[in-house]
Amino acid sequence: MLSEKHNEKEAEGAVRELTYAEALREAMRQAMEKDDSIFLIGEDIGVYGGAFGVTAGLVDEFGPERVRDTPISEAAIAGSCIGAALTGMRPIGEIQFMDFITLSMEQLVLQAAKLRFMFGGKAKVPFVLRTPGGSGTGAAAQHSETLENWFVHVPGLKVVMPSNAYDAKGLLLSAIYDDNPVIFVEHKLLYKTKAHVPEEMYQIPLSQSHVAREGRDLTVVATSVMVQRALQAAEQLSEEGIEIEVVDPRTLSPLDDRPIIESVIKTGKALVVHEAPTTGGYGGEIVARIAASEAFDYLDAPIRRLAGLDIPIPYNRTLEYHTVPQVENIVEEARKLVRGEY
Amino acid sequence: MATDLETRPGIDDSGVQLEAATLREMYWQMLRARRTDERAWVLHRQGKIAFHISGIGHEAIQVGAAFALRPGYDYALPYYRDLAFNLAWGYTPHDFMLALFGREGEPTSGARQMPSHWGTRSLNIISQSSPVATQVPQAAGVALAIKLRGEDRVAYTSLGEGSTSQGDFYEGMNWAGVHKLPLICVVENNIYAISVPVHLQMAVPNVADRAPMFGVEGVIVDGNDVLACYRVVKEAAERARSGGGATLIEAKTYRPTPHSSDDDDRTYRPREEVEQWKKRDPLARFQAYLLEAGILDEQAIADYEARAREEIDRAQAAAEAAPFPPPEAALGDVFAPVDETLRAEE
Repeated sequence: MLSEKHNEKEAEGAVRELTYAEALREAMRQAMEKDDSIFLIGEDIGVYGGAFGVTAGLVDEFGPERVRDTPISEAAIAGSCIGAALTGMRPIGEIQFMDFITLSMEQLVLQAAKLRFMFGGKAKVPFVLRTPGGSGTGAAAQHSETLENWFVHVPGLKVVMPSNAYDAKGLLLSAIYDDNPVIFVEHKLLYKTKAHVPEEMYQIPLSQSHVAREGRDLTVVATSVMVQRALQAAEQLSEEGIEIEVVDPRTLSPLDDRPIIESVIKTGKALVVHEAPTTGGYGGEIVARIAASEAFDYLDAPIRRLAGLDIPIPYNRTLEYHTVPQVENIVEEARKLVRGEY
Repeated sequence: MATDLETRPGIDDSGVQLEAATLREMYWQMLRARRTDERAWVLHRQGKIAFHISGIGHEAIQVGAAFALRPGYDYALPYYRDLAFNLAWGYTPHDFMLALFGREGEPTSGARQMPSHWGTRSLNIISQSSPVATQVPQAAGVALAIKLRGEDRVAYTSLGEGSTSQGDFYEGMNWAGVHKLPLICVVENNIYAISVPVHLQMAVPNVADRAPMFGVEGVIVDGNDVLACYRVVKEAAERARSGGGATLIEAKTYRPTPHSSDDDDRTYRPREEVEQWKKRDPLARFQAYLLEAGILDEQAIADYEARAREEIDRAQAAAEAAPFPPPEAALGDVFAPVDETLRAEE
């Protein structure tokens, strides 16, 4: 069903570009048109179109039953996704800010993740919980969280973090058709970024890491908005003759670590970049995978992490800016690694 | 009570015996909050500040409540729309401007927290989280501590009706009922949870209808009538201090502004509705009442306006002149330092 090609002519014309938000919306619209079991629930997703406009217009197309505004009840959003999914629906829930997912943790961690296991494999819980994470909007510590690693630590949940509009659509369609609960972590700063997005319903398989840029000198493993910053850093470094390879895991759990390990075997150096605080962050898992693999023998520098400071995100924009990695920090850290300063 | 809103916008002063000077002070606090709030909108439109969340239209319940309590003695856990409550409680326009501009010296958090999340240690105002309703179980905990210590303080908390859809509201209020706590919970029902109208939030007509399930007193009040609000909060405080337990007060009001500077309310409600509610404006209503009673005259109003403008201008200028905190200021206060005095004796 999903391999149908709607737009064979596309290659002939100009490259079609969509924003990350539009790509997500298109994925939901196309999936909902084909399958009545897919519906949306969340706060202000109807006439208001969602806090970041991702669901704008969908209520006009599908009506308030399938694009359902909910009370402010994150536990109920997660819980009702679970209940509906158990009975054969494929709900897509939206948590308005990733910070608020804390209010649905019991449902997600103890219920959604474990139901199949506790049912002896006789149940499935196919739903997607979309939520925007990340700082950079001046919204302080309770509207800027990057909490993906909490969910990575829970077997039974899949965790996806698209870094661009093309991946956003392809990964969301895969998440919708996956038979497991998927925590789909979007990024506020990426919503307006554009990329080539084909009109067809293409899927990017979950658990398939992607080499976003090839290079010989250093492997940079980055997630979400940090992939974009790493690619910008790569352009600057290239002018200095340093070629970094950027690997985007795209699905954090279950992780496809082969492309990462193979890249490090090639470059001999690794830097992990993410937005969440360093301690206990996803970078630790990547470092451990590299260190425990055959890539260890090829390393000629310590594996480094560049991540958020171990503090809450502050409101003041100067403080906020310095709390998480920026392009110039990646450039500097990459230079040091390549020049053998560690 | 809800139907009263459909008729004459008067002021119900029955049972309220306040000095003329106190009534004028209430008016001043409402006016000062309104003008401070309006300035914040202007600053946002000018691109000078990143964010504002407004309390315009909510001044009557907020000022009425602050006057019915003992600021700085009682504990307050207000929510983000409570600018007028905070100002009447002792917070200042200068403090607020520092928060709006996110400048060094901002007293609640050193410009780490968003504006309107409050928190003033010296005034017993406890900082609010952005996820809503978290303050209700916290207020129950404050009230429990008051009861355990045998004090005659009250824990006051407030939230919007949208927040009453959260589990935290039910858990906190249930505690308050079970333990007969000295808690006052005011729900400022402005009939929208951002864009979601009240009939999509709850299937009962009134938030206060839920009071019996907690075993607490439930009260509905015209939230745009400052004296009616004062009276019901005063009664709730007396109940709390005398061991009578908690009260759930629903103040029926309206938010004539968007939810915050980040949304456009034209997408989710008709203009006629907003215009209709503006006629019930709490500040205009109280002003008309005071003029009629001879407690205010036009000259006094002009003087208050001038005083408000001067104070707000000064606060804005001071905040704009204040520096940004240095980047390293973000690093402190994540953990409290080890208190050597708390070491166990050898």
